[in-house]
Amino acid sequence: VDGHLGGGPRLTQAISRALYAHPRGRLGLLLGPAVLWLLVFYIVALVLLLMTSLWQQDVFTADIVRDWTLANYKKVFTGQDGLWLRVYGRTVLLATIVTLIDIALAFPLAWFMARVVSRKWQTLMFLLVVVPLWSSILVRIFAWRTILGSQGVLNQFLVDTGILSSPSSAFLYNERAIAITWAYVWLPFMVLPIYTALEKIPHSYLEASRDLGAGVLTTFRRVILPLALPGVVAGSIFVFSLTMGDFVAPQLVGGGSQVLGGAIKDRFGVAADFPFGAALASLTLVTLIVFLTITRRTGALENL
Amino acid sequence: MGGSRTEKWVFGATSFLVLAFLYIPLFLIVLYAFNETNINSWPFPGFSTKWFEKLFHDPVPKEAAWLSVRIALASTALALLLGTSMAFAFARHRFFGREVVNFAVTLPIILPGVITGVALASFFLFTKTDLSTRTIIIGHTTFCIVLVFNNVLARLRRLPRSVEEASRDLGASGLQTFRYVTLPSIRTALIAGALLSLALSFDEIAVTFFLAGADNTTLPLWILGAFRNSRSLPEVNAAATVILLISLPLIAIAAYLMREEGSTRIVEE
Repeated sequence: VDGHLGGGPRLTQAISRALYAHPRGRLGLLLGPAVLWLLVFYIVALVLLLMTSLWQQDVFTADIVRDWTLANYKKVFTGQDGLWLRVYGRTVLLATIVTLIDIALAFPLAWFMARVVSRKWQTLMFLLVVVPLWSSILVRIFAWRTILGSQGVLNQFLVDTGILSSPSSAFLYNERAIAITWAYVWLPFMVLPIYTALEKIPHSYLEASRDLGAGVLTTFRRVILPLALPGVVAGSIFVFSLTMGDFVAPQLVGGGSQVLGGAIKDRFGVAADFPFGAALASLTLVTLIVFLTITRRTGALENL
Repeated sequence: MGGSRTEKWVFGATSFLVLAFLYIPLFLIVLYAFNETNINSWPFPGFSTKWFEKLFHDPVPKEAAWLSVRIALASTALALLLGTSMAFAFARHRFFGREVVNFAVTLPIILPGVITGVALASFFLFTKTDLSTRTIIIGHTTFCIVLVFNNVLARLRRLPRSVEEASRDLGASGLQTFRYVTLPSIRTALIAGALLSLALSFDEIAVTFFLAGADNTTLPLWILGAFRNSRSLPEVNAAATVILLISLPLIAIAAYLMREEGSTRIVEE
């Protein structure tokens, strides 16, 4: 029977026996490659990003000069009349708004999927929520340019219905357009964890709450919300984090408004100032780690 | 809950609106793929399939798509290897630093792609590695490991050890047990993880942007470039429509497998 596996029965048996006898060696073989990969291509890379943010770039040769300096951070916090702090503040504010919009949109849908419709519809609606994730995110972002543009669907609709007398250019190329687009592309990441959390709530809890005299609002506040919270937090982690780093939506629908993702991308691209870009990226990283540490306390990461 | 009629109506109507919000842009993408002109204006200018013809005769997006497929396959293969073995380590062993490793594997998917991208760009700059297809694959593998890891770990947790012990007691070697008992039981979890990984890699832009060499145009990079050239916009819509059509059966398979798993979890533990 050993012949099925090829490679000499004696040898495979010997290896197999040796591994069975030495659980530590087995653990090392199983864990080693993945841990090594993550260590080199993620942890070390992140450390190098932090180190790069403490270096400078030679203005003339564009080479990285490995002299330690806090100049990049000084520029982030005080440079250009607080431009970078404003970019940072704008991004955090947008990320917060987008997260709240997505919670508001996702909760009723997740509730309807998890608690109202039949099993068959549940499967169908689950599919409906994930399908958009499988189509090109770039094209989905770009679709909003088609919708919000001055020749776009929204304008035509508003002109046709008489709400506007002529097409408006106020919908596209601003922060509102970025917020709508972000809320749109990340919505499934909010719906799925909330749905998972709501689906797990035993029906008897809601009945018990009602039997004990609680009204709809009290049941929602005292029973449903605490149990749904891990899902909401998990979704918020994804949406907030994705928003903090995205540079595509601002580039395609944002006009001139600068956000962190775009600023980082430019330093590593056209503006070619790696150390300053690394400082902006490190600031984003620290913000997200703080956000994660706060949300971790709620136990959401165990329930993602 | 069954619920009251009002509850059904209120949540049903809201859900319908939210789903409409999700689908109107998708509908417009497909519609504008059949645009007669290259201006995405409303009302719809006129119907034509010429952009599909242009797309099918254009070698550039085809090469880009083929590069994306190769990168997705390579990253997924690596992620399957690393993620599966790591899942076995987590399911079968207690060890020091478990929590830290678990956090490290999920971090690339929790943190935005731009962070992974610029971190690895700094890494390759420091090690004086030229950017190439290989550096893209390294970036993609880093965030794909967790997708396989979560799926396989969830399955292994539910797989009773007694089945494998029975196999050993009946005289099968460790490798035979793995081949004939363990592997078949985790097969669907492997497929689900692989599909997620393929899909994420194929559509990835944030990491790729910083790790692609000058001549490594993946499909998303081609799309991003095409947006600057308004003449080819409907061709991009046509490409997006083709991608959607190809991925629909894959979504159905993945969703079916993940439902069977009884979980929609993106991150485990």
